[in-house]
Amino acid sequence: MNGAEAVRVEDVSFRYTDRDVLQHVSFSLKVGDMLGLVGPNGSGKSTLLRLMVGLLPLRRGKVYWFGQPLASFRERWRIGYVPQRAGSFMSGFPATVEEVVQMGLVGKAGLLRPLGRQGRERALAALEEVGMADFFRWTIGALSGGQQQRVLIARALVADPDILILDEPTVGVDHEAEERFYDLLHRLHRERSLTIIMVSHDLGVISHHMDTIACLNHELLYFGPSDQFLLRQDEVVEAMYGAGVRVVKPALSSCAGQP
Amino acid sequence: MMELFWQYSFVRYAFLAGLLIGFIAPLVGSFVVVRRISIIADALAHVSLSGIALGFLLGSLWPLAGQVRPTYYGLFFAIAASLAIEKLRQTYRHFADLAIPIILSTGVGLGVVLIGLSRGVNIDLLGLLFGNILAVTPADLWRVVILGAVVLSVLALFYKELLAISFDEEAARVAGLPIGFLQALFSAMVAVVVMTAIQLVGILLVSALITIPVAAALRLAKSFRQLLLFSVLLAEMSVLLGLWVSFQLNLATGGTIVLASVLLFLGVLFWTRWREGVMA
Repeated sequence: MNGAEAVRVEDVSFRYTDRDVLQHVSFSLKVGDMLGLVGPNGSGKSTLLRLMVGLLPLRRGKVYWFGQPLASFRERWRIGYVPQRAGSFMSGFPATVEEVVQMGLVGKAGLLRPLGRQGRERALAALEEVGMADFFRWTIGALSGGQQQRVLIARALVADPDILILDEPTVGVDHEAEERFYDLLHRLHRERSLTIIMVSHDLGVISHHMDTIACLNHELLYFGPSDQFLLRQDEVVEAMYGAGVRVVKPALSSCAGQP
Repeated sequence: MMELFWQYSFVRYAFLAGLLIGFIAPLVGSFVVVRRISIIADALAHVSLSGIALGFLLGSLWPLAGQVRPTYYGLFFAIAASLAIEKLRQTYRHFADLAIPIILSTGVGLGVVLIGLSRGVNIDLLGLLFGNILAVTPADLWRVVILGAVVLSVLALFYKELLAISFDEEAARVAGLPIGFLQALFSAMVAVVVMTAIQLVGILLVSALITIPVAAALRLAKSFRQLLLFSVLLAEMSVLLGLWVSFQLNLATGGTIVLASVLLFLGVLFWTRWREGVMA
Protein backbone atom coordinates (compact mmCIF):
# COMPACT_ATOMS: atom_id res chain seq x y z
CA MET A 1 0.00 0.00 0.00
CA ASN A 2 2.88 2.38 0.82
CA GLY A 3 3.81 4.45 -2.20
CA ALA A 4 0.21 4.69 -3.44
CA GLU A 5 -1.38 8.11 -3.50
CA ALA A 6 -3.52 8.96 -0.48
CA VAL A 7 -4.67 12.45 -1.39
CA ARG A 8 -4.12 14.89 -4.23
CA VAL A 9 -5.09 18.56 -4.11
CA GLU A 10 -5.14 20.17 -7.56
CA ASP A 11 -5.16 23.92 -8.09
CA VAL A 12 -7.60 24.62 -5.25
CA SER A 13 -8.63 28.24 -4.75
CA PHE A 14 -11.26 29.62 -2.41
CA ARG A 15 -12.77 33.03 -2.01
CA TYR A 16 -15.00 34.34 0.75
CA THR A 17 -17.22 37.21 -0.44
CA ASP A 18 -14.57 39.91 -0.36
CA ARG A 19 -11.18 38.21 -0.23
CA ASP A 20 -9.11 35.37 -1.60
CA VAL A 21 -8.35 32.87 1.13
CA LEU A 22 -6.59 30.26 -0.99
CA GLN A 23 -4.89 30.65 -4.33
CA HIS A 24 -3.90 27.78 -6.59
CA VAL A 25 -2.90 25.26 -3.92
CA SER A 26 -1.64 21.92 -5.25
CA PHE A 27 0.12 19.03 -3.53
CA SER A 28 -0.16 15.31 -3.09
CA LEU A 29 0.57 12.83 -0.29
CA LYS A 30 1.47 9.18 -0.40
CA VAL A 31 0.09 6.55 1.93
CA GLY A 32 2.02 6.66 5.19
CA ASP A 33 3.12 10.32 4.87
CA MET A 34 2.86 12.60 7.90
CA LEU A 35 1.98 16.11 6.79
CA GLY A 36 2.13 19.16 9.01
CA LEU A 37 0.06 21.99 7.53
CA VAL A 38 1.25 25.25 9.07
CA GLY A 39 0.52 28.92 8.66
CA PRO A 40 -0.41 31.99 10.71
CA ASN A 41 -3.97 32.66 11.85
CA GLY A 42 -6.16 33.48 8.86
CA SER A 43 -3.72 31.91 6.38
CA GLY A 44 -6.37 29.55 5.01
CA LYS A 45 -5.09 26.29 6.50
CA SER A 46 -8.36 25.36 8.18
CA THR A 47 -10.24 26.44 5.05
CA LEU A 48 -8.05 24.11 2.96
CA LEU A 49 -8.70 21.25 5.37
CA ARG A 50 -12.46 21.90 5.32
CA LEU A 51 -12.46 21.99 1.51
CA MET A 52 -10.54 18.71 1.40
CA VAL A 53 -13.06 16.86 3.59
CA GLY A 54 -16.15 18.42 2.01
CA LEU A 55 -17.15 20.76 4.85
CA LEU A 56 -16.90 23.70 2.43
CA PRO A 57 -18.05 23.59 -1.20
CA LEU A 58 -15.16 23.01 -3.58
CA ARG A 59 -15.77 25.47 -6.42
CA ARG A 60 -12.30 25.88 -7.91
CA GLY A 61 -9.82 23.06 -8.15
CA LYS A 62 -10.03 19.35 -7.44
CA VAL A 63 -9.42 17.01 -4.52
CA TYR A 64 -8.86 13.26 -4.96
CA TRP A 65 -8.92 10.73 -2.11
CA PHE A 66 -7.23 7.46 -2.97
CA GLY A 67 -7.57 8.33 -6.66
CA GLN A 68 -11.28 9.18 -6.52
CA PRO A 69 -12.73 12.69 -6.83
CA LEU A 70 -14.05 14.02 -3.50
CA ALA A 71 -17.64 14.31 -4.78
CA SER A 72 -17.84 10.63 -5.71
CA PHE A 73 -15.66 9.29 -2.88
CA ARG A 74 -18.05 7.05 -0.96
CA GLU A 75 -15.70 5.32 1.49
CA ARG A 76 -15.65 8.31 3.79
CA TRP A 77 -14.89 6.11 6.79
CA ARG A 78 -11.35 5.82 5.42
CA ILE A 79 -10.88 9.41 6.60
CA GLY A 80 -10.72 9.79 10.38
CA TYR A 81 -11.41 13.40 11.35
CA VAL A 82 -10.49 14.98 14.67
CA PRO A 83 -11.92 18.52 15.05
CA GLN A 84 -10.46 21.23 17.25
CA ARG A 85 -10.93 20.18 20.83
CA ALA A 86 -12.18 23.65 21.69
CA GLY A 87 -15.52 22.77 20.07
CA SER A 88 -18.23 23.78 22.50
CA PHE A 89 -20.40 20.81 21.52
CA MET A 90 -18.91 18.60 24.20
CA SER A 91 -19.47 20.69 27.29
CA GLY A 92 -22.59 19.48 29.01
CA PHE A 93 -23.57 16.97 26.33
CA PRO A 94 -24.98 13.94 28.15
CA ALA A 95 -23.01 11.22 26.37
CA THR A 96 -20.60 8.66 27.74
CA VAL A 97 -17.15 8.12 26.29
CA GLU A 98 -18.46 4.84 24.85
CA GLU A 99 -21.36 6.58 23.10
CA VAL A 100 -19.03 9.22 21.64
CA VAL A 101 -16.55 6.66 20.27
CA GLN A 102 -19.33 4.55 18.76
CA MET A 103 -20.43 7.63 16.78
CA GLY A 104 -17.27 7.10 14.72
CA LEU A 105 -18.77 3.85 13.39
CA VAL A 106 -22.02 5.37 12.14
CA GLY A 107 -20.76 6.27 8.64
CA LYS A 108 -19.16 2.89 8.05
CA ALA A 109 -22.07 0.83 9.40
CA GLY A 110 -24.56 2.43 7.02
CA LEU A 111 -28.16 3.51 7.54
CA LEU A 112 -30.63 1.25 9.36
CA ARG A 113 -27.89 -1.02 10.72
CA PRO A 114 -27.56 -1.07 14.50
CA LEU A 115 -24.03 -1.12 15.94
CA GLY A 116 -24.82 -3.82 18.50
CA ARG A 117 -22.27 -5.62 20.64
CA GLN A 118 -19.61 -5.41 17.95
CA GLY A 119 -19.82 -1.63 18.07
CA ARG A 120 -19.23 -1.74 21.80
CA GLU A 121 -16.23 -4.03 21.45
CA ARG A 122 -14.68 -1.92 18.72
CA ALA A 123 -15.19 1.24 20.79
CA LEU A 124 -13.44 -0.40 23.72
CA ALA A 125 -10.56 -1.51 21.49
CA ALA A 126 -10.15 2.03 20.09
CA LEU A 127 -10.18 3.46 23.60
CA GLU A 128 -7.53 0.96 24.67
CA GLU A 129 -5.40 2.10 21.78
CA VAL A 130 -5.43 5.70 23.03
CA GLY A 131 -5.08 4.67 26.68
CA MET A 132 -8.61 5.68 27.70
CA ALA A 133 -10.32 2.32 28.21
CA ASP A 134 -10.75 2.98 31.95
CA PHE A 135 -12.98 5.95 31.13
CA PHE A 136 -15.45 3.90 29.06
CA ARG A 137 -18.46 4.83 31.18
CA TRP A 138 -17.50 8.41 32.01
CA THR A 139 -19.51 11.35 30.75
CA ILE A 140 -17.48 13.14 28.07
CA GLY A 141 -17.82 16.53 29.77
CA ALA A 142 -16.22 15.21 32.98
CA LEU A 143 -12.86 14.62 31.24
CA SER A 144 -9.89 17.00 31.00
CA GLY A 145 -9.01 18.66 27.69
CA GLY A 146 -6.24 16.19 26.88
CA GLN A 147 -8.48 13.23 27.73
CA GLN A 148 -11.31 14.56 25.54
CA GLN A 149 -8.79 14.89 22.74
CA ARG A 150 -7.87 11.23 23.09
CA VAL A 151 -11.52 10.20 23.03
CA LEU A 152 -12.01 12.13 19.79
CA ILE A 153 -8.95 10.38 18.34
CA ALA A 154 -10.49 7.04 19.38
CA ARG A 155 -13.72 8.09 17.64
CA ALA A 156 -11.70 8.80 14.49
CA LEU A 157 -9.82 5.48 14.75
CA VAL A 158 -12.74 3.18 15.56
CA ALA A 159 -13.79 2.77 11.90
CA ASP A 160 -10.21 1.68 11.08
CA PRO A 161 -9.42 4.59 8.72
CA ASP A 162 -6.43 4.87 6.38
CA ILE A 163 -5.90 8.54 7.05
CA LEU A 164 -6.16 10.67 10.16
CA ILE A 165 -6.86 14.40 9.89
CA LEU A 166 -6.38 16.57 12.95
CA ASP A 167 -7.31 20.26 13.12
CA GLU A 168 -5.13 22.07 15.69
CA PRO A 169 -5.43 19.15 18.11
CA THR A 170 -3.14 20.53 20.81
CA VAL A 171 -4.71 23.97 21.25
CA GLY A 172 -5.43 24.51 24.93
CA VAL A 173 -3.70 21.28 25.96
CA ASP A 174 -0.87 21.44 28.52
CA HIS A 175 2.72 20.57 27.63
CA GLU A 176 2.67 17.11 29.18
CA ALA A 177 -0.56 16.15 27.40
CA GLU A 178 0.92 17.50 24.16
CA GLU A 179 3.98 15.25 24.52
CA ARG A 180 1.74 12.23 25.17
CA PHE A 181 -0.36 13.20 22.17
CA TYR A 182 2.67 13.17 19.84
CA ASP A 183 3.87 9.84 21.27
CA LEU A 184 0.44 8.41 20.45
CA LEU A 185 0.49 9.89 16.96
CA HIS A 186 3.89 8.34 16.18
CA ARG A 187 2.79 4.98 17.53
CA LEU A 188 -0.38 5.02 15.40
CA HIS A 189 1.64 5.97 12.37
CA ARG A 190 4.10 3.15 13.02
CA GLU A 191 1.63 0.41 13.89
CA ARG A 192 -1.23 1.22 11.51
CA SER A 193 0.75 2.82 8.65
CA LEU A 194 -1.68 5.71 8.98
CA THR A 195 -1.35 8.72 6.72
CA ILE A 196 -1.58 11.76 8.96
CA ILE A 197 -2.50 15.36 8.15
CA MET A 198 -2.25 17.77 11.00
CA VAL A 199 -3.04 21.46 10.98
CA SER A 200 -1.12 23.64 13.40
CA HIS A 201 0.20 27.15 13.82
CA ASP A 202 3.26 25.89 15.70
CA LEU A 203 5.92 25.54 13.02
CA GLY A 204 8.68 24.57 15.45
CA VAL A 205 6.81 21.61 16.97
CA ILE A 206 5.26 20.47 13.68
CA SER A 207 8.55 20.42 11.80
CA HIS A 208 9.98 18.34 14.65
CA HIS A 209 7.27 15.68 14.52
CA MET A 210 6.09 15.49 10.89
CA ASP A 211 8.06 14.21 7.90
CA THR A 212 6.46 16.56 5.37
CA ILE A 213 5.69 20.24 5.82
CA ALA A 214 3.27 22.48 3.95
CA CYS A 215 3.58 26.19 4.72
CA LEU A 216 0.54 28.16 3.75
CA ASN A 217 -0.32 31.81 3.69
CA HIS A 218 -3.14 31.95 1.14
CA GLU A 219 -0.76 30.25 -1.28
CA LEU A 220 1.53 27.30 -0.75
CA LEU A 221 4.94 28.75 0.16
CA TYR A 222 6.71 25.48 0.85
CA PHE A 223 5.83 21.84 0.41
CA GLY A 224 8.43 19.16 1.00
CA PRO A 225 10.38 17.12 3.53
CA SER A 226 10.74 18.75 6.92
CA ASP A 227 14.51 18.13 7.04
CA GLN A 228 15.01 20.10 3.83
CA PHE A 229 12.83 22.90 5.12
CA LEU A 230 15.78 24.18 7.14
CA LEU A 231 17.55 25.28 3.96
CA ARG A 232 14.71 27.59 2.98
CA GLN A 233 13.28 28.43 6.36
CA ASP A 234 14.23 32.13 6.50
CA GLU A 235 12.73 32.89 3.12
CA VAL A 236 9.52 30.89 3.81
CA VAL A 237 9.02 32.21 7.33
CA GLU A 238 9.43 35.77 6.12
CA ALA A 239 6.82 35.19 3.39
CA MET A 240 4.49 33.60 5.93
CA TYR A 241 4.78 35.86 8.94
CA GLY A 242 6.51 38.99 7.55
CA ALA A 243 10.04 40.33 7.93
CA GLY A 244 11.74 40.17 11.29
CA VAL A 245 10.20 36.87 12.39
CA ARG A 246 12.44 33.87 12.87
CA VAL A 247 11.79 30.34 14.01
CA VAL A 248 13.53 29.57 17.28
CA LYS A 249 16.66 27.78 16.14
CA PRO A 250 16.92 24.93 18.66
CA ALA A 251 13.55 23.50 17.61
CA LEU A 252 14.46 23.48 13.94
CA SER A 253 18.02 22.34 14.47
CA SER A 254 16.76 19.33 16.32
CA CYS A 255 14.14 18.73 13.66
CA ALA A 256 16.80 18.77 10.95
CA GLY A 257 18.41 15.81 12.63
CA GLN A 258 15.21 13.79 12.71
CA PRO A 259 14.91 10.83 10.34
CA MET B 1 -60.22 8.90 40.74
CA MET B 2 -60.30 5.27 39.60
CA GLU B 3 -64.11 5.48 39.58
CA LEU B 4 -63.94 8.37 37.15
CA PHE B 5 -61.51 6.38 35.04
CA TRP B 6 -63.81 3.39 34.70
CA GLN B 7 -67.01 5.40 34.58
CA TYR B 8 -66.23 7.89 31.84
CA SER B 9 -64.66 6.98 28.54
CA PHE B 10 -63.40 10.54 27.98
CA VAL B 11 -61.29 10.22 31.13
CA ARG B 12 -59.79 6.99 29.84
CA TYR B 13 -59.06 8.58 26.46
CA ALA B 14 -57.47 11.54 28.21
CA PHE B 15 -55.19 9.30 30.24
CA LEU B 16 -54.20 7.14 27.30
CA ALA B 17 -53.55 10.11 25.00
CA GLY B 18 -51.62 11.82 27.79
CA LEU B 19 -49.43 8.81 28.46
CA LEU B 20 -48.71 8.26 24.76
CA ILE B 21 -47.76 11.91 24.20
CA GLY B 22 -45.80 11.90 27.44
CA PHE B 23 -43.77 9.07 25.93
CA ILE B 24 -42.92 10.44 22.49
CA ALA B 25 -42.62 14.18 23.28
CA PRO B 26 -39.55 13.90 25.57
CA LEU B 27 -37.88 11.33 23.28
CA VAL B 28 -37.87 13.80 20.41
CA GLY B 29 -37.38 16.60 22.94
CA SER B 30 -34.06 15.08 24.05
CA PHE B 31 -32.62 15.54 20.56
CA VAL B 32 -34.19 19.00 20.30
CA VAL B 33 -32.58 20.11 23.58
CA VAL B 34 -29.05 18.78 22.90
CA ARG B 35 -29.16 20.37 19.45
CA ARG B 36 -29.90 23.66 21.26
CA ILE B 37 -33.07 24.38 19.30
CA SER B 38 -35.48 24.10 22.23
CA ILE B 39 -37.54 27.00 21.05
CA ILE B 40 -38.34 25.22 17.77
CA ALA B 41 -41.36 23.45 19.29
CA ASP B 42 -42.83 26.80 20.21
CA ALA B 43 -42.33 28.12 16.69
CA LEU B 44 -43.86 25.06 15.04
CA ALA B 45 -46.85 25.17 17.39
CA HIS B 46 -47.50 28.79 16.46
CA VAL B 47 -47.15 28.04 12.76
CA SER B 48 -49.59 25.17 13.07
CA LEU B 49 -52.17 27.71 14.27
CA SER B 50 -52.12 29.32 10.83
CA GLY B 51 -52.50 25.89 9.19
CA ILE B 52 -55.46 25.04 11.40
CA ALA B 53 -57.04 28.43 10.72
CA LEU B 54 -56.57 27.89 6.98
CA GLY B 55 -58.22 24.48 7.34
CA PHE B 56 -61.28 26.04 8.97
CA LEU B 57 -61.42 28.83 6.38
CA LEU B 58 -61.16 26.46 3.41
CA GLY B 59 -63.71 24.16 5.01
CA SER B 60 -66.18 27.03 5.30
CA LEU B 61 -65.62 28.03 1.68
CA TRP B 62 -65.53 24.60 0.02
CA PRO B 63 -67.19 21.64 1.74
CA LEU B 64 -64.77 19.29 -0.05
CA ALA B 65 -61.78 20.96 1.62
CA GLY B 66 -63.63 20.56 4.90
CA GLN B 67 -63.36 16.79 4.58
CA VAL B 68 -59.74 17.07 5.70
CA ARG B 69 -59.51 17.85 9.42
CA PRO B 70 -57.96 21.30 10.13
CA THR B 71 -55.38 19.50 12.30
CA TYR B 72 -53.84 17.99 9.15
CA TYR B 73 -53.50 21.44 7.61
CA GLY B 74 -51.71 22.38 10.82
CA LEU B 75 -49.46 19.35 10.54
CA PHE B 76 -48.62 20.20 6.94
CA PHE B 77 -47.79 23.80 7.91
CA ALA B 78 -45.68 22.63 10.86
CA ILE B 79 -43.66 20.26 8.65
CA ALA B 80 -43.14 22.96 6.02
CA ALA B 81 -42.09 25.40 8.74
CA SER B 82 -39.66 22.92 10.29
CA LEU B 83 -37.99 22.40 6.92
CA ALA B 84 -37.84 26.17 6.39
CA ILE B 85 -36.19 26.60 9.81
CA GLU B 86 -33.49 24.05 8.91
CA LYS B 87 -32.89 25.82 5.60
CA LEU B 88 -32.65 29.24 7.29
CA ARG B 89 -30.30 27.77 9.94
CA GLN B 90 -27.97 26.69 7.13
CA THR B 91 -28.19 30.09 5.43
CA TYR B 92 -27.54 32.05 8.65
CA ARG B 93 -24.93 29.71 10.09
CA HIS B 94 -23.58 32.29 12.54
CA PHE B 95 -27.03 33.52 13.55
CA ALA B 96 -28.81 30.18 13.39
CA ASP B 97 -31.19 31.18 16.21
CA LEU B 98 -32.64 33.89 13.93
CA ALA B 99 -34.46 31.25 11.90
CA ILE B 100 -36.90 30.42 14.67
CA PRO B 101 -38.30 33.91 15.47
CA ILE B 102 -38.65 34.61 11.75
CA ILE B 103 -40.77 31.51 11.21
CA LEU B 104 -42.65 31.94 14.51
CA SER B 105 -43.66 35.52 13.67
CA THR B 106 -44.69 34.51 10.16
CA GLY B 107 -46.86 31.74 11.60
CA VAL B 108 -48.57 33.96 14.16
CA GLY B 109 -49.07 36.79 11.64
CA LEU B 110 -50.61 34.47 9.09
CA GLY B 111 -52.68 32.72 11.75
CA VAL B 112 -54.18 35.96 13.05
CA VAL B 113 -55.04 37.15 9.52
CA LEU B 114 -56.64 33.79 8.62
CA ILE B 115 -58.64 33.65 11.86
CA GLY B 116 -59.84 37.18 11.08
CA LEU B 117 -60.95 36.03 7.63
CA SER B 118 -62.77 33.03 9.11
CA ARG B 119 -65.24 35.21 10.99
CA GLY B 120 -68.43 33.33 11.48
CA VAL B 121 -66.62 29.99 11.55
CA ASN B 122 -66.73 28.33 14.94
CA ILE B 123 -63.07 27.85 15.92
CA ASP B 124 -62.31 26.57 19.42
CA LEU B 125 -59.50 29.05 19.86
CA LEU B 126 -59.15 28.50 23.59
CA GLY B 127 -58.91 24.74 23.04
CA LEU B 128 -56.19 25.30 20.45
CA LEU B 129 -54.20 27.69 22.61
CA PHE B 130 -54.47 25.84 25.91
CA GLY B 131 -55.32 22.28 24.89
CA ASN B 132 -58.44 20.28 25.52
CA ILE B 133 -57.51 16.75 26.40
CA LEU B 134 -60.96 15.98 27.75
CA ALA B 135 -62.32 16.37 24.22
CA VAL B 136 -60.16 13.50 22.90
CA THR B 137 -62.27 11.13 20.79
CA PRO B 138 -61.43 7.52 19.90
CA ALA B 139 -60.46 8.79 16.43
CA ASP B 140 -58.04 11.28 18.04
CA LEU B 141 -56.62 8.51 20.15
CA TRP B 142 -55.99 6.36 17.09
CA ARG B 143 -54.28 9.31 15.43
CA VAL B 144 -52.00 9.69 18.44
CA VAL B 145 -51.25 5.95 18.38
CA ILE B 146 -50.38 5.94 14.67
CA LEU B 147 -48.31 9.13 14.76
CA GLY B 148 -46.58 7.91 17.91
CA ALA B 149 -45.72 4.60 16.24
CA VAL B 150 -44.29 6.46 13.24
CA VAL B 151 -42.16 8.69 15.45
CA LEU B 152 -40.91 5.74 17.52
CA SER B 153 -40.02 3.75 14.40
CA VAL B 154 -38.07 6.64 12.89
CA LEU B 155 -36.23 7.18 16.18
CA ALA B 156 -35.36 3.50 16.49
CA LEU B 157 -34.20 3.21 12.87
CA PHE B 158 -32.11 6.39 12.80
CA TYR B 159 -31.05 6.61 16.44
CA LYS B 160 -27.30 6.36 15.86
CA GLU B 161 -27.35 8.87 12.98
CA LEU B 162 -29.51 11.39 14.86
CA LEU B 163 -27.24 11.13 17.91
CA ALA B 164 -24.12 11.60 15.77
CA ILE B 165 -25.41 14.75 14.03
CA SER B 166 -26.67 16.14 17.34
CA PHE B 167 -23.26 15.71 18.99
CA ASP B 168 -20.97 16.83 16.18
CA GLU B 169 -22.57 17.71 12.87
CA GLU B 170 -19.23 18.41 11.16
CA ALA B 171 -17.75 15.02 12.00
CA ALA B 172 -20.99 13.40 10.81
CA ARG B 173 -20.71 15.31 7.55
CA VAL B 174 -17.09 14.22 7.05
CA ALA B 175 -18.17 10.62 7.74
CA GLY B 176 -20.50 10.91 4.76
CA LEU B 177 -23.85 10.83 6.58
CA PRO B 178 -26.75 12.23 4.51
CA ILE B 179 -27.09 15.32 6.70
CA GLY B 180 -29.80 17.04 4.63
CA PHE B 181 -32.03 13.98 4.66
CA LEU B 182 -31.52 13.35 8.38
CA GLN B 183 -32.22 16.96 9.29
CA ALA B 184 -35.39 17.00 7.18
CA LEU B 185 -36.51 13.74 8.75
CA PHE B 186 -35.85 15.05 12.25
CA SER B 187 -37.65 18.33 11.54
CA ALA B 188 -40.69 16.50 10.20
CA MET B 189 -40.68 14.32 13.30
CA VAL B 190 -40.63 17.36 15.60
CA ALA B 191 -43.55 18.80 13.64
CA VAL B 192 -45.55 15.58 14.05
CA VAL B 193 -44.88 15.48 17.80
CA VAL B 194 -45.81 19.13 18.22
CA MET B 195 -49.09 18.66 16.38
CA THR B 196 -49.89 15.58 18.42
CA ALA B 197 -49.08 17.27 21.71
CA ILE B 198 -51.14 20.38 20.93
CA GLN B 199 -54.33 18.50 21.77
CA LEU B 200 -52.96 17.76 25.21
CA VAL B 201 -51.53 21.07 26.34
CA GLY B 202 -52.29 23.53 23.53
CA ILE B 203 -50.16 25.71 21.29
CA LEU B 204 -48.89 27.96 24.05
CA LEU B 205 -47.65 25.14 26.27
CA VAL B 206 -46.53 22.49 23.83
CA SER B 207 -42.83 23.33 23.99
CA ALA B 208 -42.98 22.95 27.78
CA LEU B 209 -43.93 19.29 27.44
CA ILE B 210 -41.13 18.72 24.94
CA THR B 211 -38.37 20.52 26.84
CA ILE B 212 -39.04 20.72 30.60
CA PRO B 213 -38.82 16.97 31.37
CA VAL B 214 -35.61 16.89 29.29
CA ALA B 215 -34.20 19.89 31.17
CA ALA B 216 -34.76 18.01 34.44
CA ALA B 217 -33.35 14.76 33.02
CA LEU B 218 -30.20 16.61 31.90
CA ARG B 219 -29.36 17.16 35.58
CA LEU B 220 -29.53 13.41 36.23
CA ALA B 221 -28.30 11.71 33.06
CA LYS B 222 -24.77 10.42 32.62
CA SER B 223 -25.40 9.11 29.11
CA PHE B 224 -27.73 9.85 26.22
CA ARG B 225 -29.67 6.66 26.85
CA GLN B 226 -30.22 7.77 30.44
CA LEU B 227 -31.39 11.16 29.19
CA LEU B 228 -34.07 9.44 27.11
CA LEU B 229 -35.11 7.19 29.99
CA PHE B 230 -35.26 9.89 32.68
CA SER B 231 -37.03 12.42 30.46
CA VAL B 232 -39.73 9.89 29.56
CA LEU B 233 -40.19 8.96 33.23
CA LEU B 234 -40.44 12.60 34.27
CA ALA B 235 -42.86 13.44 31.45
CA GLU B 236 -45.12 10.50 32.31
CA MET B 237 -45.08 11.50 35.97
CA SER B 238 -46.01 15.07 34.94
CA VAL B 239 -48.92 13.81 32.82
CA LEU B 240 -50.29 11.54 35.57
CA LEU B 241 -49.83 14.09 38.32
CA GLY B 242 -51.26 16.89 36.17
CA LEU B 243 -54.33 14.90 35.14
CA TRP B 244 -54.99 13.74 38.67
CA VAL B 245 -54.65 17.19 40.25
CA SER B 246 -56.70 18.84 37.51
CA PHE B 247 -59.55 16.34 38.05
CA GLN B 248 -59.39 16.67 41.81
CA LEU B 249 -59.28 20.46 41.91
CA ASN B 250 -61.19 21.11 38.68
CA LEU B 251 -58.28 22.98 37.08
CA ALA B 252 -57.34 23.46 33.40
CA THR B 253 -55.74 20.14 32.45
CA GLY B 254 -53.04 21.32 29.99
CA GLY B 255 -51.78 24.02 32.31
CA THR B 256 -51.79 21.68 35.31
CA ILE B 257 -49.70 19.09 33.42
CA VAL B 258 -47.15 21.74 32.53
CA LEU B 259 -47.09 23.04 36.12
CA ALA B 260 -46.56 19.47 37.32
CA SER B 261 -43.55 19.16 34.99
CA VAL B 262 -42.17 22.46 36.31
CA LEU B 263 -42.63 21.19 39.87
CA LEU B 264 -40.74 18.00 39.07
CA PHE B 265 -38.05 20.03 37.32
CA LEU B 266 -37.60 22.20 40.43
CA GLY B 267 -37.56 19.08 42.60
CA VAL B 268 -34.77 17.56 40.49
CA LEU B 269 -32.88 20.85 40.48
CA PHE B 270 -32.94 21.19 44.27
CA TRP B 271 -32.19 17.52 44.83
CA THR B 272 -29.14 17.54 42.52
CA ARG B 273 -27.88 20.77 44.10
CA TRP B 274 -28.30 19.33 47.56
CA ARG B 275 -26.49 16.16 46.47
CA GLU B 276 -23.64 18.17 44.95
CA GLY B 277 -23.41 20.13 48.19
CA VAL B 278 -23.20 16.93 50.21
CA MET B 279 -20.60 15.42 47.87
CA ALA B 280 -18.43 18.57 47.85
